[in-house]
Amino acid sequence: MSNLSNLYREIIMDHYKNPRNKGLINDKSYITCHIKNPSCGDEINIESKVENGIITDIRQDGVGCSICCANASILSQVVKGMKVSDAEYFLDNYLKMVSNQEYDESIDFDELQVFDGIKDFPARVRCASISSQALLNTLKKEKS
Amino acid sequence: MKELFPIYEVHKDLVYLDSSASSLKPKMVIDAVSNYYNNYSCNIERGIYKICFDATRICEDARQNIASYLNVDSEEIIFTRGASSSLNMVASMLKDILKEGDEVIVSELEHHSSFLPFLRLSKTIGIKLVFVELTPDGHITVENFKKALSPKTKVVALTHVSNVLGYITPIKEIIELSHKNNIIVSVDGAQAIPHFRVDLKDLDADFYSFSFHKCFGPTGLGVLYGKKKYLNMLEPVELGGEMNSTVTKDSVTYKDIPYKFEAGTMPIAEIFGASKAIDFLRSLDLLKEEEKAISLRNIALSELKKMDEIIIYNDTDSSSIISFNIKGVHSHDAVSYLSESICLRAGQHCAEPLHNFLGVNATLRASFYYYNDLEDVKVFISKIKDAINFFKEVGLIV
Repeated sequence: MSNLSNLYREIIMDHYKNPRNKGLINDKSYITCHIKNPSCGDEINIESKVENGIITDIRQDGVGCSICCANASILSQVVKGMKVSDAEYFLDNYLKMVSNQEYDESIDFDELQVFDGIKDFPARVRCASISSQALLNTLKKEKS
Repeated sequence: MKELFPIYEVHKDLVYLDSSASSLKPKMVIDAVSNYYNNYSCNIERGIYKICFDATRICEDARQNIASYLNVDSEEIIFTRGASSSLNMVASMLKDILKEGDEVIVSELEHHSSFLPFLRLSKTIGIKLVFVELTPDGHITVENFKKALSPKTKVVALTHVSNVLGYITPIKEIIELSHKNNIIVSVDGAQAIPHFRVDLKDLDADFYSFSFHKCFGPTGLGVLYGKKKYLNMLEPVELGGEMNSTVTKDSVTYKDIPYKFEAGTMPIAEIFGASKAIDFLRSLDLLKEEEKAISLRNIALSELKKMDEIIIYNDTDSSSIISFNIKGVHSHDAVSYLSESICLRAGQHCAEPLHNFLGVNATLRASFYYYNDLEDVKVFISKIKDAINFFKEVGLIV
């Protein structure tokens, strides 16, 4: 059970209880993506604002398990301020890390590194992925 | 009973409490599936060689066995991919006799498989879905059903037993009332057949759907029972091989029932296994076994109710299911801890409208069946206590 204890570290509990960037702005300058995991009911909305190729704001809202909600909160902090192209590379590799695929280990995932442990719980990979997938979708929409 | 289930030889400490999703399979069913692949492995109906003839006969004997278990005629038993497929077929078949403005009575207790095919018809042909109001604790009652009836009601599509709460619908009374008003009744029996003997002639449902994998049988096979008068009248949903009798460049005539509803090669190995699952059910004293499963469940329930951290959603004494949560802990967090030692379901159990009714995002479900024993209950309760302590330590429970 130590792996599980490791996963539910202070950082995840902190973001679950005190979520950052929570609540949607519903402003036209933001692009929104909603993703739901129908098997467990996790539901996440991600809004991103891009100005001159830089992600200047990320908002998040949703319901779900602690992993899912904490992930949205941490993600919103870590990716804010990145260039869109850097964020896409970053998120792509983050998703590879949590799904136990080869990834660029030189990347500093900051507080998102804690989700490295999710690979020991394959049933929870989706919980730690849907916010990143939603954010990637908003960035794609931004380009189109 | 565990000695009859080979999985317990492989996983000696298995605590399986997810039988409402799928039951474990006894050796006699597994052997019957193997028997097909080892000794027949051919198609049915299409050949006149010996193994084909014999395999066809075994499948028809299986149909007869299932029909007699349900007290109906074998030509009223259609093999399908499972209850979901059966329930979809019912809606697709009835589409031809429904029109805009017709009302179909459903409920928030329905599994998505029962509800969604009619939701789609409400969008495509404009039927109106009418929900039976559930009692505050989630029951369907005859009184509330009466309130949902109207002169426009054409079809009733309700579950026999809820897959989340385990409550039994007073379906016989509902069918009687419906028939007095010339209303067709389709019953989702997926959670009923595993738990009690259903006499379909006595119940008088017009359509009845279930899967074998929930009652000791193989995956990938279900039954759609339909009354002859409807099966003869309605169009087949799928067209293809073996369901037709004459095909020209511009016409087709169908075979008689049930074959006109069975296009293509059927899941033959599964039909071999399903017949043995029915034999297995016949060999059990179902009333006694059900009573035993419910009493194990009630021992577990009474222990859970002693814990302040637990919330129960079906506090009844007549179900073999416990729907619950650990307060403050999402069911997916809880099940990550518990799944190290127990097979338990977490989520919405394909019943999102019911979770909206309950006002909860997701639940944990422990379902007890005939191979469970007191030891399983002890492990379950002990692990729930450990989980509560764990989530207190990490700060999810304050």
